[in-house]
Amino acid sequence: MVTQFTPWLSLAGGVMIGLAATALMAMLGRIMGASGLVSGLLRPTSGAEFGWRAALLAGMVSGPLVLLALTGSMPPLQVPSSPMMLVLGGLLVGVGVTYGSGCTSGHGVCGNARLSPRSFVATVSFMLAAFVTVFVVRHLLPGLVGG
Amino acid sequence: MRLIATYLIGLVFGIGIMISGMANPAKILNFFDLAGNWDPSLAFVMGGALITTFIGYRLVLARPGPVLAKSFQLPTSKTIDARLVGGSALFGIGWGIAGFCPGGALPALGTGRIEVVTFVAALAAGILLARYIQSAGATTARQS
Repeated sequence: MVTQFTPWLSLAGGVMIGLAATALMAMLGRIMGASGLVSGLLRPTSGAEFGWRAALLAGMVSGPLVLLALTGSMPPLQVPSSPMMLVLGGLLVGVGVTYGSGCTSGHGVCGNARLSPRSFVATVSFMLAAFVTVFVVRHLLPGLVGG
Repeated sequence: MRLIATYLIGLVFGIGIMISGMANPAKILNFFDLAGNWDPSLAFVMGGALITTFIGYRLVLARPGPVLAKSFQLPTSKTIDARLVGGSALFGIGWGIAGFCPGGALPALGTGRIEVVTFVAALAAGILLARYIQSAGATTARQS
């Protein structure tokens, strides 16, 4: 599956992600981590912490709907992976971010912006693993996914 | 007030994720596919987000505290161990298989696509599974 290289849109989106991360720290003093957000919502013991996480998630989910209202269409979302691979991938991501204490947003953006050595190591680890995995899946085990 | 501000912050994040391509698995997988139809867009997302947050955090963390909470809550752990490296590697493998990362998938829930719901449900199950294994391990350690 060929995708179009979108340097300006991607850069603009990245800046918005950075502005949101900065604003969350400025307002609530919190790291913008998507896996931590899901993890926090799944933890029933901390009721006081539930509200702001639910509001943050509601805002995120509204993103595509606001774009639809403004532009008349949603940005493309093409999924080459089979349902089985989405489940397997999702499980691995869930276990991985719990042991690794973060993902692309928490470690990759916020942690690296704080020059955290932990986040740098985590980022190198997940980026390398993803490069290797895509190579294996697409070029050594072809036929499992399309694209 | 606090919830409205937080909602708007989530909205900016969600729009940023959607226009950047981070929520589009085809683009993510092509970024990692150096030997195929390589799409370098993801580097621009990470670059833009990282530079903006780096500058933003410098300004924000120089202040005495956040506007709507008592203090900044920053991670304190400095430990670099197998748990961090191995967990992150597992995340990378899952990302390379599915094409979604948590930050991309959460805003994408708004599209209502079944693929996104499937991934997020599996993600939640994975988090609960890891937590269960961790607590079971802690119990075993206490008993022995």
